[in-house]
Amino acid sequence: MSRKAKSTLEVTLIYLFLAFMAVIIGYPLLWTVGMSLNPGTSLYSAQLIPDNWSLVHYKWLFTDPSSDYLTWYKNSVIVAVANAFFSVVLTSFVAYAFSRYRFVGRKYGLYAFLLLQMFPAMMAMVAIYVMLNMVNLLDSLIGLTLIYIGGQIPFNAWLVKGYFDTIPKELDEAARIDGAGHLGVFFRIMLPLAKPILGVVALFNFMAPFVDFLLPRIILRNPENFTLALGLFNFISNQFDNNFTRFAAGSILIAVPIAIVYLLSQRFLISGLTAGGTKG
Amino acid sequence: MSTANPTAKQSHNPKTAVILSILLAGLGQLYNRRYVKGILFIILEISFILTLGRFLNLGLWGLTTLGTMEGTDHSVVLLIYGLVSLILIAFFVTLYIINVKDAKRDALRIQKGERAPTFREAAGNVWDKGFPYFFVTPGLIMLAFIVILPLMFTVALAFTDYSQYNQPPRALLSWVGFDNFARLFFETGGAGNNIWQDTFISVFTWTIVWTVVATTLQITLGLFLALIVNDPRIKFKRLIRTILILPWAVPAFVTILVFAAMFNDRFGAINTDILAVFNLSIPWLQDPFYTRIALIMIQTWLGFPFVFALFTGILQSISKEWYEAAEVDGANRMQKFKSITLPHVLYATAPLLIMQYAGNFNNFNIIYLFNEGGPAVRGQNAGGTDILISWVYDLTFTLNQYSMAAAITIILGLIVTGFAFFQFRKTRSFKEEGNL
Repeated sequence: MSRKAKSTLEVTLIYLFLAFMAVIIGYPLLWTVGMSLNPGTSLYSAQLIPDNWSLVHYKWLFTDPSSDYLTWYKNSVIVAVANAFFSVVLTSFVAYAFSRYRFVGRKYGLYAFLLLQMFPAMMAMVAIYVMLNMVNLLDSLIGLTLIYIGGQIPFNAWLVKGYFDTIPKELDEAARIDGAGHLGVFFRIMLPLAKPILGVVALFNFMAPFVDFLLPRIILRNPENFTLALGLFNFISNQFDNNFTRFAAGSILIAVPIAIVYLLSQRFLISGLTAGGTKG
Repeated sequence: MSTANPTAKQSHNPKTAVILSILLAGLGQLYNRRYVKGILFIILEISFILTLGRFLNLGLWGLTTLGTMEGTDHSVVLLIYGLVSLILIAFFVTLYIINVKDAKRDALRIQKGERAPTFREAAGNVWDKGFPYFFVTPGLIMLAFIVILPLMFTVALAFTDYSQYNQPPRALLSWVGFDNFARLFFETGGAGNNIWQDTFISVFTWTIVWTVVATTLQITLGLFLALIVNDPRIKFKRLIRTILILPWAVPAFVTILVFAAMFNDRFGAINTDILAVFNLSIPWLQDPFYTRIALIMIQTWLGFPFVFALFTGILQSISKEWYEAAEVDGANRMQKFKSITLPHVLYATAPLLIMQYAGNFNNFNIIYLFNEGGPAVRGQNAGGTDILISWVYDLTFTLNQYSMAAAITIILGLIVTGFAFFQFRKTRSFKEEGNL
């Protein structure tokens, strides 16, 4: 076989494999869309391409009096905004101290962060439940938000500290000569220069409440306090085949905006992770 | 400052300052004639003892006894009080040590005859030296109560007898030493019908197989796709990359639940639409073997895009000159891959790849959402696809075997620490830190 023919064959095989991947990726996603357009609620009678498609489930989510969908959306947004804001504030404080100062316990602190970020919140569920119960924050969005904010510190402090380390120390020194104090350097040098990584942290923490269902499941009891993920899960956790189409519709309405945000910011997210992870 | 310093006071003894400040925080500072600081320390200590003394006393008593009056004392609450007391005491001891060191330093200064700083100077000094601590404190407090305290609680729980039949406030808990671990490793069958050893071994083995196979597959597929899409002959790169990233962009809990429906034995699309063509019907959710296969396939689907995106970024940053030099030396494609591409890619991403393994090791979401760890298996109290962490969840929330769950959690924690150890070695910053 000539060189050229071999090359053409290779390229064809590559395209074929990519097409195969596209089908594997696309099928479940399109299937979900198809399900959400089925008028019935049962998975059994649902068709991939429904004969008489309808938006009845979408309508139900927004207009039916027994639907809490909008409340869940509101809850998720509240938790997400609070989580993103306080996480950025707390982690940037911690990361600044760890990046720019040498103090007793610093090294052990770094080791502790690296270790703790691998411990999933699951490992401490019972304690979290009992403690929130003791301080009366069970079944409340405040309790949920507090756990999110505390739990993200090890991972994100590490990430942001890594980024701060890449900002040249000469800049701090120059600012100090110009009379800036500890806070001046932080607010006028570090924060503005670290915007990309702070954006990553804010985005991750904004997304977390939308996609996490485990913590809400342990903490929240009353359907009026549910976040989206938990509410949707409950559509199908009880009677599996009965509300699947409704679940599909509700899921699409959160998956689409989240997917768009991720696709638009993927470069930014991944470079942030590599910068923090390897240099950091 | 030479020895002939006229203000030097040989009579001022640092030892006295240290002893005084050990007796009562602040006394040493008073001896050093640093009155404001001394009084602050004294107020701090006395208020600490007055406000928290009773709580600490109760907490420490609770921690050792776990309560003595059945029905009145709540062992779990006492346990948490005890752990909070320990954290508070740790804070207090740290402050105390700072106080003693401070008294000693000031006394030495006076002995040498250095001028005592004015209050303003001292305050400025505290702000300067203490700044990192002020900045770390809010995060540290959150961390102490939301991450560290719960972990301590879990560790403590593993050494008690908290189970469905022994629940506070009805009953009192007691410390049982390593009994729970002994049951986990050695208890086979018997009266309680709890076959802990068998279950532990089978869950543990599957956890390891799951972690290694699923993670390696997702990394391999991600790497392979990154390589072929990076090929200069391939067009529409942006579109292809967007499609390949999609599984990462869609929230995982949605896709896992969708897959769970698609793999449904009776009316899932896999059996009714795809396999029906070949006249096949596989019991995806009934047979542990097939459930495991399905889980590994789904995790590969979910996990490869992140690795793909990561590798794509690195591949683009490898200088073309490396490859040109290799071509001049007559290297073939395989050699170029093995000696240039692979080392580059792995070196830059090692910490994140370790995190992928750690993530799958603790991947509760997929196991639980797909089939709740099922199908059930005879003769053990975990489902056929339960990994350690989902077994812990079941033991806690379904079977109420709190202490056994905590014991398994400790084992899990030790393994995770192993991952973290690898991570330390692979993360460059720690090597760089050494030079600072």
